[in-house]
Amino acid sequence: MIDLAQPIINGLLLGGLYAVIALGLSTIFGIVRVVNLAHGDMVILGSYLSLAFCMWLGLNPLWTILLVAPIMFCVGFLIQSVLFNRVLGKGMEPPLLMAFGISIIVQNFLLLVFTSDARALKSDLSMMTISLGEINISLLYLLNFLIGLAVILGLRQFFRKTFLGRAIRAASDDVVAAKLVGANTSSIYAYAMGIAALTAAVAGVLVGMTFIFYPHTGPQYLIIAFGVVIIGGLGSIKGTLVGGFILAMAQLLGAHFFGPGYQLLCGYMVLLIVLAIRPNGIFGKA
Amino acid sequence: MQRELALKVDNINVFYGEFHALWDVSLEVEPQQIISVIGTNGSGKSTLLNAIAGLLQPRGGDVELFGEKISGMQPHQTVVRGVSLVPEGRRVFGRLTVYENLIMGAYTPRARKRRSTVLRMVYDLFPRLHERRNQLASTMSGGEQQMLAIGRALMSEPKLLLCDEISLGLAPLIIKDIYKKLEEINRQGVAILLVEQDINRSLKACQYAHVMLEGKVVLSGNPASLTLEEVKRAYFGV
Repeated sequence: MIDLAQPIINGLLLGGLYAVIALGLSTIFGIVRVVNLAHGDMVILGSYLSLAFCMWLGLNPLWTILLVAPIMFCVGFLIQSVLFNRVLGKGMEPPLLMAFGISIIVQNFLLLVFTSDARALKSDLSMMTISLGEINISLLYLLNFLIGLAVILGLRQFFRKTFLGRAIRAASDDVVAAKLVGANTSSIYAYAMGIAALTAAVAGVLVGMTFIFYPHTGPQYLIIAFGVVIIGGLGSIKGTLVGGFILAMAQLLGAHFFGPGYQLLCGYMVLLIVLAIRPNGIFGKA
Repeated sequence: MQRELALKVDNINVFYGEFHALWDVSLEVEPQQIISVIGTNGSGKSTLLNAIAGLLQPRGGDVELFGEKISGMQPHQTVVRGVSLVPEGRRVFGRLTVYENLIMGAYTPRARKRRSTVLRMVYDLFPRLHERRNQLASTMSGGEQQMLAIGRALMSEPKLLLCDEISLGLAPLIIKDIYKKLEEINRQGVAILLVEQDINRSLKACQYAHVMLEGKVVLSGNPASLTLEEVKRAYFGV
């Protein structure tokens, strides 16, 4: 029993990180109805921005969140207002192609500036653990979980309590009605993408502190994000959190029972099972 | 001096791609008036309201609000100037509460400043909305949602209220109640342009009526001078 506790705890903690990775993808799909294929690259762009600040200012990577998040907000805002808003309402393919193009541009930009070397955001945290009996909890994983949870709960409160948050929800409910009350939906979408990029920035710093990254690592996290939102249901914040837990838990329990080689496979098996039983995800709208 | 018009629609033409939906449509609404447009499904009534509100852009012709040209503007610009549309099918924000729906109605900066005052007025007009203020809009009955859609439209303090098929799918008693409220809103100084399929109901409420058929105004007059026979013939195009 006790040896099961370790992967379950790790799964729970990793799930919090997965959820915050997926959060931006999920909100943008729910609000703008665009599948942002560049989401993973925005996460990794966040990692590299953090790296740049670490090298330049000698900061602890964790503190760089405060700088990277607002910068990524502006990046997201610009991407939406200058690029995506031009192709909305012109069918599924144009925004998809645009996202794909942004993905390629970001990857090659990072390659150009940072070379293809493996990078990591180093801090003392990565070595620290808390021991509870026979269970070891990585302090970094715990931190990922707590920050991830804070971002998710913060976003939820933002959507519920603020005027802009309510306007974003209104526009995602019925865009025509939102226009009729006087909302400029293009600018609402730009804010929404800014917020999604902000969550991607937080995810990027945490990912960078936890794993090694390269300029082309983005799609790997896009796939994780897809897994999470498919399990949890697109556009649902609660679903994103639960989806993160399920995917991470499935991966780590799979690795525990069948060996590390089966970690990814087990995650995707659970994904397929959820798709078969609830095609819209656990908290998705029918 | 020329009398001031709340709304002047002057020979507008609207297209959906190649399809010519409105042909040289003209009409006028005076302040304090209720004007109705009657027509079957697909006669162009909703198109007309959408073009006035700015959801559709007319190709040729002018729309003026209190003398200011508003054709070519986007909805968020017409709302600021005092146009508010209660859309067909109500289109309340289903996953927002009643209160949040009303708050969204006061979206423009001017309306946001006067939000609490206007909110109280809307609650006075529709006490039911106050009772249900914390309920999700999607969980309300059709009649309540229609009240909410009207209440939301009033939150921007419009000078001109456009109502698209507000009786659709509602029980006769509720329709009667909602029309009473419309007259009350009108008495408070809001000009109303009504679009309906229900001939009797809308003739009773208005001071002047237009009948539309296939994108054209085919008959106009005040309800007293129009015979039901005439209206029916124009309505069905026979």
